[in-house]
Amino acid sequence: MSNYEHLLKLDGDAAAVIARYPQSGSALLPLLHLVQSEEGYVSPAGIEYCADKLGLSTAEVSAVSTFYTMYKRRPVGDYHVGVCTNTLCAVMGGDAIFATLKEHLGVGNDETTEDGKVTLEHIECNAACDYAPVMTVNWEFLDDMNPDKAVRAVDELRAGKEVHSTRGPALCTFKQAERILAGFEDTRPGAVAGGGAAGHATLAGLLVSQGRTPTGPAVTTEASE
Amino acid sequence: MAPELTPVLSRGWLDSEPWTLAGYQRRDGYTAVKQALRMHPDEVIQLVKDSGLRGRGGAGFPTGMKWGFIPQNDGKPHYLVVNADESEPGTCKDIPFMMANPHELVEGVIIACYAIRASRAFIYVRGEVLHVLRRLQAAVREAYDAGFLGKGVFGTDFDLDLTVHAGAGAYICGEETALLDSLEGKRGQPRLRPPFPAVAGLYASPTCVNNVESIGSVPAIVRNGVDWFKGMGSEKSPGFTLYSLSGHVKHPGQYEAPLGITLRELLDYAGGIRPGHRLKFWTPGGSSTPMFTEEHLDVPLDYEGVGAAGSMLGTKALQIFDETTCVVRAALRWTEFYAHESCGKCTPCREGTYWLVQILKRMEKGEGTEDDLGKLLDLCDNIVGKAFCALGDGAAAPIQSSLKYFRDEYLEHFERGGCPFDPSLSTAWADGPLSFARTSA
Repeated sequence: MSNYEHLLKLDGDAAAVIARYPQSGSALLPLLHLVQSEEGYVSPAGIEYCADKLGLSTAEVSAVSTFYTMYKRRPVGDYHVGVCTNTLCAVMGGDAIFATLKEHLGVGNDETTEDGKVTLEHIECNAACDYAPVMTVNWEFLDDMNPDKAVRAVDELRAGKEVHSTRGPALCTFKQAERILAGFEDTRPGAVAGGGAAGHATLAGLLVSQGRTPTGPAVTTEASE
Repeated sequence: MAPELTPVLSRGWLDSEPWTLAGYQRRDGYTAVKQALRMHPDEVIQLVKDSGLRGRGGAGFPTGMKWGFIPQNDGKPHYLVVNADESEPGTCKDIPFMMANPHELVEGVIIACYAIRASRAFIYVRGEVLHVLRRLQAAVREAYDAGFLGKGVFGTDFDLDLTVHAGAGAYICGEETALLDSLEGKRGQPRLRPPFPAVAGLYASPTCVNNVESIGSVPAIVRNGVDWFKGMGSEKSPGFTLYSLSGHVKHPGQYEAPLGITLRELLDYAGGIRPGHRLKFWTPGGSSTPMFTEEHLDVPLDYEGVGAAGSMLGTKALQIFDETTCVVRAALRWTEFYAHESCGKCTPCREGTYWLVQILKRMEKGEGTEDDLGKLLDLCDNIVGKAFCALGDGAAAPIQSSLKYFRDEYLEHFERGGCPFDPSLSTAWADGPLSFARTSA
């Protein structure tokens, strides 16, 4: 008797994931992402589900899921907000942004707001150092942040407004993001094209090589919004 | 005179929709692979060997030689795994490259697989970059639909399947054998070598693991030839590469230049240190490479030049810090990172990084003693060369190098009983909302 009847609707997707690999064990990481796309975290039922799909013990699945920081042991809010506090982002203002958001949201690290909307976490280097200080929402970039912009972004997310990644499309929910991580394409119109080719820092050297001046981040003022 | 910037990988980033198949084909996309498929696979390996291309993931190992290590006619399946687990602090080149140019990576994958006779390839991308996944997933689908992947690529009898695989948050998976364990669905912990991946890699079969930028550089080399490539850079470090400038720079970003350019020259292109400030310390290739100071502004940023000056070129991640930055705070934060990311497999790294954090924390608070400096170095000695993989060596690098150049600053923390720096002065907004003058106005 399994405890995962509610996950059986994932069977078709799980089969597609397993079929991608020469050996089924390789499907474990994407299957755990798939579980999170349904549960919002790696639930005990999800662990059983993965174990049964791959012929592993639940202990073997737990050993893997607890090794990786993106697999969560408690339900994540609709929006996982990450603030980079590795050295460069911390120095450039990440520490101040994280402190501001903790106070503004009334949560500590790895905690979720009471409305279930936002889970706040300080994260390690996310490979966007030329846009420091950087935040992520459901693992999409919010570049060139400061405390004011950070507060505005989480307020808009909690109010249900559409927020765009600086170099990507309109933000989706945590569960939708996990489905992409499981290897399924984002079918929303314009999702792939969202954000264009590159941000200002990515283009800095190319512009200089053409005798032009890098543009810098878009400057938004209260009046223009 | 400073060498000119050489946009090769970045050349199409201002074009219309460069991430699409059509956009890539407008700038000679997928012409190199057609050339390569007309050559014998051994000739392709020889061409990459002759080019002198060295791995861009940090170690600088010659790419063609790596391909040549794959045994042939061994009756086993061969695999290519692209290491797209870009996580070394400061490193931010592969992510924008894959976002703008996913097809150039796919083209490089096809060429590499043809050369090493692999019919399965994987791109292992760190999970925390959702939009890169979108672009890669779309590019791979387009390539399948066009007949560039799958059964009989480009109408030849060469079959190739390519899978985009998302990681789940673990810096150690950038280490190639940990990456392979992770790709097999296990905890990402490094393997004992030998056997090397070329002999027993993914599923114990011959496997080549290459960095994104290494594979991404191959189409341009095939297209333009060995002489063109060797016309850039130095004899032992030929070619172009992406240098990533971040931190207290007027125009941070990606600067594609010949290997051997200096930070002084790159800073000229990038508008210099942020106005009103001066360079204090910088990393040549991510946080695992010993830091440099102002005295290293003219070190040629190639594998030999940086090595001779006592550090490593690494990933060419130039993190720039000005005089407002506390070096003890920087070292502590990096050390917390290594402690967090230590996989736990070996004792020197697991225990050593933990104790390094404890000591550095009390130092930054001004509660340490001069004896602690000796203890720190002693701990570093017990990690460097004694850990299972390079993560341990990387963890010691910021501490050893910062103590070498800034011992007095550590002492000042004890003397004052606290950190002498005001962290608010280091922020991006410290000198006003537009302090970086990074606007076009």
